[in-house]
Amino acid sequence: MDRLKILKSDEGAACGPSSGASCDSGTGCGCSSPAPETRPEEVPTLELSEVRERLDGARGRRYWKSLEELADTPGFQEMLEREFPRHASEWEDGLSRRRFLQLSSASMALAGLTGCTRQPLESIVPYVQQPEQVVPGRPLYFATAYAKGGYAQGVLAESHTGRPTKIEGNAEHPANPGGGTDLFAQASVLQLYDPDRSGTLTYQNQIRTWDTYKSDLEPKIQALRSLQGEGLRILTGTVTSPTLAAQIQGLMAELPKARWHQYEPAGRHEVHAGAVRAFGEPVEVRYELADADVIVALDADFLTQGPSAVRSAHQWAERRRAGSGAGTGKADPSAMNRLYALESCPTNTGSVADHRLAATPSEIAAFALALAAELGVTGAEAPSEGLSPEARRWVPAVAADLKAHRGRGVVVAGDEAPAAVHVLAHGINDAIGAAGSTVVYSEPVPAEPVDQVASLRELVADLDAGAVDTLFVLGVNPAFDAPADLDFPAALQKAGTRVHLGLYKDETSEYCQWHLPMAHYLESWSDVRSVDGTVSLVQPLIEPLYRGHTIHDVIAHLAGRADASSYQLVREQWSDKLGVDFERAWRRALHDGFIPETALPVKQVTAPPAEAAAEAAAEVRTMIAGDGLEIALRPDPTIWDGSFANNAWLQELPKTATRVTWDNAVLMSPATAAELGVTNLDEAAMFHERPMVSVTVGERSMELPAWVVPGHADGAVTIHYGYGRLRGGKIAEGTGFDTYRLRTSDALRVARGNVERVGGRYEMATTQDHHSMAGRHLVRTGTVGEYAANPELVHEMSHGEHDASFYPGFEYDGYRWGMAVDLNACTGCNACVIACQSENNIPVVGKEQVMRGREMHWIRIDRYFEGEDAHSISAFHHQPVLCQQCEQAPCETVCPVGATVHSDEGLNDMVYNRCVGTRYCSNNCPYKVRRFNFLKYTDKTIEIEKMVRNPDVTVRVRGVMEKCTYCVQRISHARIDAKVAGQRGKGDGKIKDGDVRTACQQACPSNALVFGDTNDPQSEVARRKAEPLDYGLLEELGTRPRTSYLAKLRNPNPELEPVQETGRTEHVSHG
Amino acid sequence: MSVMDKGAAGHHPPPVIVGEHDHGTVTDRISQAVFGKTPRWWFGAMGVAFSIVMLMLMSIGWLFAKGTGVWGLNVPVAWGFAIINFVWWIGIGHAGTLISAILLLFRQEWRTSINRFAEAMTLFAVACAGLFPLLHLGRPWLFYWLLPYPNSMGVWPQFRSPLVWDVFAVSTYATVSLMFWYVGLIPDLATMRDRAKARFARLIYGGLSLGWRGSARHWQNYESVYLLLAGLATPLVLSVHTVVSFDFAVSQVPGWHTTIFPPYFVAGAIYSGFAMVLTLVIPLRALYRLHDFITTRHLQAMAKVMLATGLIVGYGYMVELFVSWYSGNEYEWFMSLNRATGPYWPQWWALILCNVVMVQLLWFKKVRSTPVVLFIISIIVNIGMWLERFVIVVTSLHRDYLPSSWDIYRGTFWDWSLYIGTIGFFLALMFLFIRLLPMISIFEVRTLVPGRKGQAAPSAEGEVAP
Repeated sequence: MDRLKILKSDEGAACGPSSGASCDSGTGCGCSSPAPETRPEEVPTLELSEVRERLDGARGRRYWKSLEELADTPGFQEMLEREFPRHASEWEDGLSRRRFLQLSSASMALAGLTGCTRQPLESIVPYVQQPEQVVPGRPLYFATAYAKGGYAQGVLAESHTGRPTKIEGNAEHPANPGGGTDLFAQASVLQLYDPDRSGTLTYQNQIRTWDTYKSDLEPKIQALRSLQGEGLRILTGTVTSPTLAAQIQGLMAELPKARWHQYEPAGRHEVHAGAVRAFGEPVEVRYELADADVIVALDADFLTQGPSAVRSAHQWAERRRAGSGAGTGKADPSAMNRLYALESCPTNTGSVADHRLAATPSEIAAFALALAAELGVTGAEAPSEGLSPEARRWVPAVAADLKAHRGRGVVVAGDEAPAAVHVLAHGINDAIGAAGSTVVYSEPVPAEPVDQVASLRELVADLDAGAVDTLFVLGVNPAFDAPADLDFPAALQKAGTRVHLGLYKDETSEYCQWHLPMAHYLESWSDVRSVDGTVSLVQPLIEPLYRGHTIHDVIAHLAGRADASSYQLVREQWSDKLGVDFERAWRRALHDGFIPETALPVKQVTAPPAEAAAEAAAEVRTMIAGDGLEIALRPDPTIWDGSFANNAWLQELPKTATRVTWDNAVLMSPATAAELGVTNLDEAAMFHERPMVSVTVGERSMELPAWVVPGHADGAVTIHYGYGRLRGGKIAEGTGFDTYRLRTSDALRVARGNVERVGGRYEMATTQDHHSMAGRHLVRTGTVGEYAANPELVHEMSHGEHDASFYPGFEYDGYRWGMAVDLNACTGCNACVIACQSENNIPVVGKEQVMRGREMHWIRIDRYFEGEDAHSISAFHHQPVLCQQCEQAPCETVCPVGATVHSDEGLNDMVYNRCVGTRYCSNNCPYKVRRFNFLKYTDKTIEIEKMVRNPDVTVRVRGVMEKCTYCVQRISHARIDAKVAGQRGKGDGKIKDGDVRTACQQACPSNALVFGDTNDPQSEVARRKAEPLDYGLLEELGTRPRTSYLAKLRNPNPELEPVQETGRTEHVSHG
Repeated sequence: MSVMDKGAAGHHPPPVIVGEHDHGTVTDRISQAVFGKTPRWWFGAMGVAFSIVMLMLMSIGWLFAKGTGVWGLNVPVAWGFAIINFVWWIGIGHAGTLISAILLLFRQEWRTSINRFAEAMTLFAVACAGLFPLLHLGRPWLFYWLLPYPNSMGVWPQFRSPLVWDVFAVSTYATVSLMFWYVGLIPDLATMRDRAKARFARLIYGGLSLGWRGSARHWQNYESVYLLLAGLATPLVLSVHTVVSFDFAVSQVPGWHTTIFPPYFVAGAIYSGFAMVLTLVIPLRALYRLHDFITTRHLQAMAKVMLATGLIVGYGYMVELFVSWYSGNEYEWFMSLNRATGPYWPQWWALILCNVVMVQLLWFKKVRSTPVVLFIISIIVNIGMWLERFVIVVTSLHRDYLPSSWDIYRGTFWDWSLYIGTIGFFLALMFLFIRLLPMISIFEVRTLVPGRKGQAAPSAEGEVAP
């Protein structure tokens, strides 16, 4: 089996050094050599059933003769090469004894034939000349780009001898300032090695080859050409790739009667519609939060969702840190931004808001309208109803705040907010002078911005009318995720020829004759734009593991350029656009990961017309007047629109508000739950079972489990979609509920419907049953004003002296590692959790084990609600908790075999091979950060899954304890590098501040985690720890944690919250 | 036996044995259990116990095949049934040594009738207890890393850990208990040798009796060794459970970290040990008709010890509660409230009922002298002491410092099957013991018999010897 062949450097695709590109920069290395299509001669293969058919009836000498004849055909040889011929299992059913013997003799013969097949000769020899930069044991980093929904993030892929293992953010990329990424980019590397990815090209479930596909389809393509593309339809997701767009547009020009449709299930439909209605054209809206003093988020989780989340989180957090006195140690309320968030379901953005209002989607729309009216947006007239008293109180206060910060305020309408809210937000932003400063408009990033819902409707209409002869579904899965009312699967089958390109054999491939395996982005050449329009180059790090192909390949074949590789196509696209010295510029772009100066120019827009605002106002009134419970349909926080459903890391990642894994549910407030009589929170802390409710939207209805979320708006429920996959991998199938069945094309985001308690219960797995801090000062908070007045605010919350000891402390004369976690910057986005999992080979345990409380994450995000009771949540917090690396570590003294010990650099080391598994350390750890391998969690039998593991980190066996190491492998690498550099006369042989970045720190978009040497007073971590906000979690226990937290400061509007005596707040009283 | 001299007692309690007995009848009656026909109930009981042993072996097999994940453990409750059962069994094992050694030193001659039996119980309980620390390891095949043996890596156990102290405490206790029991058996083994008819039995008993001939020199050596061993075993009664309590007290877990643990654990251990002796002795006495040797005086004495230790245990609970409030430590006080009102409130209240309330019945002489009631109370106390360990281990861990990590622990099928399996193992060993060895010390009981043949010992409580 050579399909896992790792490219040797001279084969080209994986990278450049040997082909002569010289890269001096330490971090990235561009790839410049062409990727020749060196695919083996592919032949039609035989199926076992066919072999059986051909042997059937033959007896005696004839039997053996036909076997021999068969053995000579290339198809048979091909079949033998495969380890498990398809349908091998079919042999089991109903065999007579005679037939059995016949078959066994044939099997023996076949086995013999296999045994006699000469294996291809492969030479394993050491390098005669070591390729430059390839040092065994040292990873290389290649710049590439990861795109979700068409929008790119710049990433660096870490490659160990040709095997990508980890995704890091590319700090030089404009979409990733600070070098963070979102959690999807982090998890994307697991998808590459997913054993469930489709590995074979099939025609009606029979295996074919790429060549047969091309030749079989050729007559069809000729016919389509002669008809100018009549009956040809292409369906893709949002396309921002200039190369792909040029290819498709070129094809459409050649075949004018063909049509190109786009549909992204969790796409930015409302943003698009809002822009069109406000400005008459689909401009791209981008926020520049570095200059924003006041931010109003309308149903917008802009810090963790949407194409600019990483960038926004970074800009927001910088202002947060500045205001909390980062660097100076003195609070500056004027430097801190103020965030108002209105949302129905608690989100990450809500958790860091200075003022958070739980409001139903219609109330948020009403608020937008009232705010627009208050700020004098022409055409907006304040709604007479639909606002709670609290929201009413907010309107003048928020308006005044925005007015006071003219040109430095911004209203952000979320991707999930209805178009009317977007129109109003555009109006407000114009009125408060935000347009052009904190809100920037540009040409659209998608190459062909269309109303995707209309586009899909059109396609379905054409399909229903029988006007579609050939349909290409490329990289999307509409049979699963298209709006339910369109009944896409039924329509799909009306097309004559159906071709599906996808990473998985999914619901759509079920209905298509042809299924083509798609190449993962780490296996592909392409280009893609990020939110500001900057073009990033996507380069492969490994030859397609499953012989997948890119969309470029499929379109190229359609366009009659079947032999053009993606690499050639991308190069051609840029050949005349990179200036005179193309090669040099190309290499530079590959090295840097993006093509400079490709950002889309800023566009001046005029204020939205009064009619648009009036129309929006009318719509808002209709929304308010609607009947029934508001049902918000949202993409899932971890598996998104369902396309990540087979990613076990994301499945097991606890979701922001609920800490639920592996499932979706109907999320509702405690009050709504009480009304429906479904559940209570105390019970929830004890049992995994949740009551079922039936949700009815129009004539569609389904049963789902109910989940109570403190802080959810009353009178609305939130349902995430993406679960309930029928096909698409062992992990995806059978988890959660397919809520796309409730989503119709006219109510993609919010529907009105009915929720009722029905019988039955359903087990769900959560990693945190408890909602409050039980009155403990775990997340310390205060307001920035209080802190400015009293810098000792945070320390006064401590319980007395806690460093007291009879014994002198250990003298650290070298490094003394430590970490500071800034709760002002942390949004709880979970990117660090996945980054840690990827870096440290942390296993996934599955839903059943999570229910038993055995999740393995080394870093977790604790979530606490704050308020008088579960019904009135005033705020909620996130707190990343990893090993605190205590100076006086309780775990160390109780281990009977010394498997956990202190290093002379202050690390609390875990010695896996000494651990016998008494688990006493875990019991004695007050932070409960230790994780135990209760069972054999790491599957070492699946070859391909081994490839994703970091070779620098031990894979733990059953029965040993594990925990965060502060990425000790990275410290070791840095130490070696520093020593080597020192010996060569560069530097003093010491690790410099910033040389070691832990995986969680690297991934953090908002720079909330900082690691370094606390012995160096100039290090970032030492400076953070010196701030008066710094405190140790449970420091009163005398553990002297080495990980410390900077208390979270709020910057409330005095009009909404009169200054109180104390910054302390009471906590939810229930358990 | 001078220490056993009946005349040593100043006042006149009821006699230790009743009925008309001389040396011969004592020997006959006791050795009859071994040499007589195997009673039918024995086969049934042994069959049941043996099948439970099979359940235990299956549980261990499954545990080894899959890992500790077959149990209900999680983070934060990383210790569960295995540790609960370990502490429970070790506690039960305390009564034997206490009866043998401490009561010997205190010249409590009523111990004579039950010491053999109690010592055997100790050994079997320690055998059951000893299984758990090994089985509860994540990688049990590496258990020997807890032992300080010289090795090429130069690695030693980490002596600050109470788990290492445990290894020493439990293994010393097991060794001394075994020696004490065996030494005490030697004269009786010789009796068995002399009375055995089958050649094989003569050989085995003969080998085990180490050539005992009952000479004065033998008796003298025997007495001094036995006394020395008693002296050695006495501090162990206190030290083992003290060290076991350190497993908890040394940690910083609220509900574990408390200085009252050593005395209160020892008292609890004796409490449960005596309860278990009663649980076993009352039915055996009836089955083998040993009312002459194990009289109500014995039962009463044991009930009194139970009452005393039960009161100490109750006091321990009170002090624990008081200190958690008085200390002003929010985590401690939360823990106390959580025990009484949290998810495990039924277990906590059941524990109070079993261990504190029910034992008050023993104030009544009528209760103390009614074997059936005593038997029921002893079972209740056994359950209560198991619940006490459950409450200590589970409720302390399941909600400690960070509410984000709080979770619920439930034993799985395999938790229960191993626990029940060890009870079967214990009983199976017990049944073998009573079938193969004299369950009451023959030679020591003989010293209690009035010297002259034919003179009946006064009857206590009107009991009539069969």
